[in-house]
Amino acid sequence: MERKRTPLWELHKQHGARLIDFGGWDMPVAYPAGTIKEHKTVREAVGLFDVSHMGEVYLRGPRVREAVEQLTTNAVASAAPGKAVYTLLCRPSGGVVDDCIFYKRSDTEFFVIVNASNTAKDLEWFREHTHSLCDIEDVSDATALIAVQGPKAVALVDRLAGGTLTGLTSFTFADATVAGVRCVAARTGYTGEDGFELACATTDAAKLWTALVEAGGLPIGLGARDSLRLESRLPLYGNDLDDDHTPLEAGLGWAVKLDREFIGAQVLRDQKQHGLTRQLAGFKIADEARAIARHGYAVVDRSLGTGEAAVIGTVTSGGPGICVGGAIGLAYVPVAHAKAGTQLTIDCRGKDIPATVVSGKFYKRT
Amino acid sequence: MSSYPTDLRYTSDHEWLRSAGTTCRVGITQFAVDQLGDITLVELPKVGDHVKKGEKFGTVESVKSVSDLYAPISGKVTAVNASLKDSPEHVNSEPYAAGWMIEIEPSKKAELDELLSPDGYTKHVAAQ
Repeated sequence: MERKRTPLWELHKQHGARLIDFGGWDMPVAYPAGTIKEHKTVREAVGLFDVSHMGEVYLRGPRVREAVEQLTTNAVASAAPGKAVYTLLCRPSGGVVDDCIFYKRSDTEFFVIVNASNTAKDLEWFREHTHSLCDIEDVSDATALIAVQGPKAVALVDRLAGGTLTGLTSFTFADATVAGVRCVAARTGYTGEDGFELACATTDAAKLWTALVEAGGLPIGLGARDSLRLESRLPLYGNDLDDDHTPLEAGLGWAVKLDREFIGAQVLRDQKQHGLTRQLAGFKIADEARAIARHGYAVVDRSLGTGEAAVIGTVTSGGPGICVGGAIGLAYVPVAHAKAGTQLTIDCRGKDIPATVVSGKFYKRT
Repeated sequence: MSSYPTDLRYTSDHEWLRSAGTTCRVGITQFAVDQLGDITLVELPKVGDHVKKGEKFGTVESVKSVSDLYAPISGKVTAVNASLKDSPEHVNSEPYAAGWMIEIEPSKKAELDELLSPDGYTKHVAAQ
């Protein structure tokens, strides 16, 4: 099947990007600078990400708040207009349909950005569970999304917006004109750095991207997007989040407001009351071990026996800690093994590698 | 299209081999490097280990993936590039020079003739 292209595909080719299949999209995994340089540039200066493959949806109508209240684990419906809210969409089982950001425009209009690989599933989920309480408009094909991230990102975007975005605080958004392009500018991101995510019409995307490059932004591929989000301990749907684990197990309790009713609330309340049995733990592998634990590798306790009997958990994300050294990752493990300082053993392709559980972000912005 | 050094022999798995006297130096090609992206970890055998043509002799990990390295010929490992332990990025910057991986003393000389020529390898890559 022909891979889908974002409106910036031609520019990525011109930049010399290496393109890979990412959920049916032909996306840049790295530019000639390479993932490590790209990663460090976002930590030290400013990087640009084409994330136009992500899905964008409007939910509108006089009763849209009732619909949103049911769909979201976080307090989205009651948020103030102009707020961007990270939330999970849960199944009745407590498993996760997707994680996404709801942008509350008004009491009758919400803008939602969802994971690319989940766009079709989420739209179906919205249709099934909003019970005609609101209109659903999929604007994914007409919308481009560019993330501008790094310590110099806010100043760069604000300059291109003529100083109109100075007052925008973290997790708020506004309609803006950036480099002459009308867009929704949100002070959000997926790198652990400050910055903006700019949603604009696909027809304007190349103009906006080019202006951002000329202003000093370095194009960053999906490789660094993944290593950056992992260092900042931001979960990735399909790796760390899925139908089989709840937000509480994933350590996202802060985005679950249980004093309200929503799909999955009962199961999550029970889970909270009775305690978790397993938990997503962050781990670090020392540099000297010279090993990287990756998605799908088993966490083992050899005292329990051989083969499958020794498996106590699974690595969901892992990679080199580009700014923190060694290798880092996330794994679902029994709660007794999830406390900071606990020693884990990870089967890295047949070799037992020691890892230490760490709490919080691997990389903290200073 | 990239061109590949004419003094080397190649495998379809993207290793290169340079014959020098009684030993052969082995690394991975620019094509392999381009596919892998930034290399963060290289795992190699020890001097004195024996490797067998077509079988795994090590691994190379980039930010995103792990790939096995396959021996282009059989023989004894006579040298290992220890600098890759702390500077795996040499494989990215100079895959045919500072980024070499191991040296092998061939046990079956005839295997050398089975390797791809620069032309043959160029065609193999073009067909990928």
